[in-house]
Amino acid sequence: MSLLDVHGLTKAFGGVVAARDVTFSVAPGELVALIGPNGAGKTTTFNMVGGQLAPDKGEVRLAGEDVTHLPPREKFRRGVGRTFQIAQTFLSMTAAENVQMALMSRHGEARALRPPAGRRHREEALAALERVGMAGTADQPCAMLAYGDVKRVELAIALAGEPKLLLMDEPTAGMAPRERAALMTLAATIARERNIGVLFTEHDMGAVFGHADRILVLVRGEVITSGRPDEVRADPRVREAYLGETGAAVAMRATQKRA
Amino acid sequence: MDLSFVVIQILTGLASASSLFIIASGLTLVFGVTRIVNFAHGSLYMLGAYFAATIISRLLDLHYGPVSFWCGVLLAALGVGALGVVMEVVLLRRIYRAPELFQLLATFGVVLIVQDVVLKVFGPQDILGPRAPGLRAPVEILGRRFPSYELVMIAAGPTVLGLLWLLLRKTRFGVLVRAATQDREMVGALGVNQRLLFTGTLFLGAFLAGLGGALQIPKSPATPRMDLDIIAEAFVVTVIGGMGSIPGAFLAAIMIGQLQAFGILIFPKVTLVLVFLLMALVLVVRPYGLLGRPEGPAPAHAAAFNGAPRPWGPTERRIALGTVAALALLPLAGDAYLLKVATEILILGLLAFSLHFLVGTGGLVSFGHAAYFGLGAYGAALACKHLSLPMELALPLAPIAAALGAAVVGFFVVRLSGIYLAMLTLAAAQILYAVAFQWVEVTGGDNGLVGIWPSSWASDRTIYYYLTLAFSVAAIAALRHAIYAPFGYSLRATRDSELRADAIGIDVRQQRWLSFILAGSAAGLAGGLYVFLKGSIDPSALGIPVSVDALTMLLLGGLQTVMGPVVGAAVLHGLKDQIMPLTDLWRLFLGCSIIVLVLLFPNGLVGAYEALRLSSTATKGAASARRREPDGAQSRPRAPLEALARSRASGAGGETSKADETV
Repeated sequence: MSLLDVHGLTKAFGGVVAARDVTFSVAPGELVALIGPNGAGKTTTFNMVGGQLAPDKGEVRLAGEDVTHLPPREKFRRGVGRTFQIAQTFLSMTAAENVQMALMSRHGEARALRPPAGRRHREEALAALERVGMAGTADQPCAMLAYGDVKRVELAIALAGEPKLLLMDEPTAGMAPRERAALMTLAATIARERNIGVLFTEHDMGAVFGHADRILVLVRGEVITSGRPDEVRADPRVREAYLGETGAAVAMRATQKRA
Repeated sequence: MDLSFVVIQILTGLASASSLFIIASGLTLVFGVTRIVNFAHGSLYMLGAYFAATIISRLLDLHYGPVSFWCGVLLAALGVGALGVVMEVVLLRRIYRAPELFQLLATFGVVLIVQDVVLKVFGPQDILGPRAPGLRAPVEILGRRFPSYELVMIAAGPTVLGLLWLLLRKTRFGVLVRAATQDREMVGALGVNQRLLFTGTLFLGAFLAGLGGALQIPKSPATPRMDLDIIAEAFVVTVIGGMGSIPGAFLAAIMIGQLQAFGILIFPKVTLVLVFLLMALVLVVRPYGLLGRPEGPAPAHAAAFNGAPRPWGPTERRIALGTVAALALLPLAGDAYLLKVATEILILGLLAFSLHFLVGTGGLVSFGHAAYFGLGAYGAALACKHLSLPMELALPLAPIAAALGAAVVGFFVVRLSGIYLAMLTLAAAQILYAVAFQWVEVTGGDNGLVGIWPSSWASDRTIYYYLTLAFSVAAIAALRHAIYAPFGYSLRATRDSELRADAIGIDVRQQRWLSFILAGSAAGLAGGLYVFLKGSIDPSALGIPVSVDALTMLLLGGLQTVMGPVVGAAVLHGLKDQIMPLTDLWRLFLGCSIIVLVLLFPNGLVGAYEALRLSSTATKGAASARRREPDGAQSRPRAPLEALARSRASGAGGETSKADETV
């Protein structure tokens, strides 16, 4: 049984259909990329899966359970972790406290009244930060971290909920090229280790073709094709409608590198 | 109720709608362009009335006739418009990028200054204006007499709407105003002279306020209290209509006008309540008002409160213990007056601390914290008076009553954010104020309730002081505990990033709601202690000035600190106690102080202490933190006022270096 089943998701803003009948699934341990040109409806689809946006039609099933209309916080309880296009962390807290906050929430302690909160689950938080390469800056406030580091902290926060499914909306947006590749490799490695299903959107074709097991191509709100990277690359519709000659070349190089 | 009566009521409602619209259109116009909610708009209205009363009388003495009258109205409005320009150039220009709390407080500072200046210039007595020549005789409508001036008023609203429409559609200035209302950043990026645009907008906004004040002078006298009365209503109209929307303000003004005209027949006592209830309902259904648009993602500079509670070091612990010890020994000084002031400070310190829990830790700018203070005070007083409960039983009812009130208000409030949240909390406090004022049989109305004294064992000043000390210190310690506990961290998480908090399983609304109840009950306890100290309570405990005093204490002590509010309470109340007996210009002094604080010391006193402490220990850390800044968008200083940003950078750097040391 697949981990995530999305069936017929549709959303319109005013007269503009941002997503139409989007259907796909993600299996445990599988990395699925959602790609498409700007305005194709990637983030809309993402927010419907994550619960930030209510779909007009369609359903989202997590391990068989209908979670379509559950808010994000309920999806978190059912094993959905999420990172955002613009990293969302608690800027007044240190990197460690950010992860600790997620751990406190996971353990149902978010409303506990006994201080100090800063000591709860600290060891586990430090280990989580170590895993994403942020052990050295655990006690720095997030507001003082470079953006690339904030993205790593955000990944650690998302992983702290012990997710079965990880949603990453443009995980490498706004980062320097070298950092991008490193972050994407890190996320993919952790996901495979822990058998986490990953759904991610990305503009960086290197990251997409280098890491995804499967690719969904979204154009004007509709999935025009999906399949393994080589299938998608070979699909003439994708070549013509979306990738163009340059994109295809990049995709080719990335696959070669991976092989 | 026959037809003619209904028609007259409708006409009366339309006349007051016109008047409300003219005032509210200026407020909403200024908000649309500058994103500042101008508290002083009511003061400009009041000045319009005073100017008109003075100028028109002079002009009519020179030449009696309609021309003199209408010239006077115009002159008064132009004069107020000029004052609006002064206000923009001197004050508003410096706070466009400040957090909304600072903007509200600074413009309230102007309210205080204008109040004292008006008292000095025009005197405390009401000034009756002349009636409009040619419009003195009533007209007959369906056999009933109706003031002819009201007919002119009915026409005035749509006329102003039409002229504004022409101005906004047909002139370059209008195009710019509309563009700025849509997207202020973009207008700036396109190279438009924003200074001129903003100054022009303030002139127009103030002119409309002045016009509103001048036009009502034939109907009712100019009084020194009309500023706060009208501003509450103008807020309601702009919020219901949608902040920034002039047609929305027109629609809302008509609704409010009719609601008042007919509400007074059905519920003569609760017209104010009806108005605010309408606002609460509209906001729940349409959180941005009838014709308002959702505010975009909050601009980076709006994040005013990003302080993190730092654990106390040995120095702070010593200061805290020393302070409590000194307070415990205070009665030995044998100064009864000092003891009274100290008791008041303890109560206000608790009030300010509970407000800071919401504003600082939660980022919820509650502009009506007096509501919970007053609910606690009235709760205890009513239990004492009507149920004849002794203090031992009545005092615990204070936090309970306030918690219940906060639960009801909070239910609505947590659905909103930003300026709408501030306005709704203010409205809630005004509803309670209206209830306390109008429900004379129960609350005693304006006179309030008297003779609420502690039980005999606690009636001694010293004993009551110790009682207050115990309750205040315990409640502050408990709230401080909550700030450092996961509960406070969760609340701070919802402040820092709602999206992230939601995504890690925190119920944002519920967390805020519970915090509202917690802070409300603490404020209620302060209210309960207050009523037994004073022996009486009246509606002023629920008034806007109490809420603003509490916010000023936060500002004075420092928003980024945990104990700042208590220090702020001590300093503000101490100053009030020392200065108020010396001068009748206390409000002028307070208003100027608020503005100076906002402009020059946005970190307050404790913030200054922290900066001092950190600068000595953390130069290295701060330097490395500054070097990091250009790395990414997130690490840019997000502070509105440069001083805030600077001290924050060094503050956070300080933590860094401290952490380095422990590692």
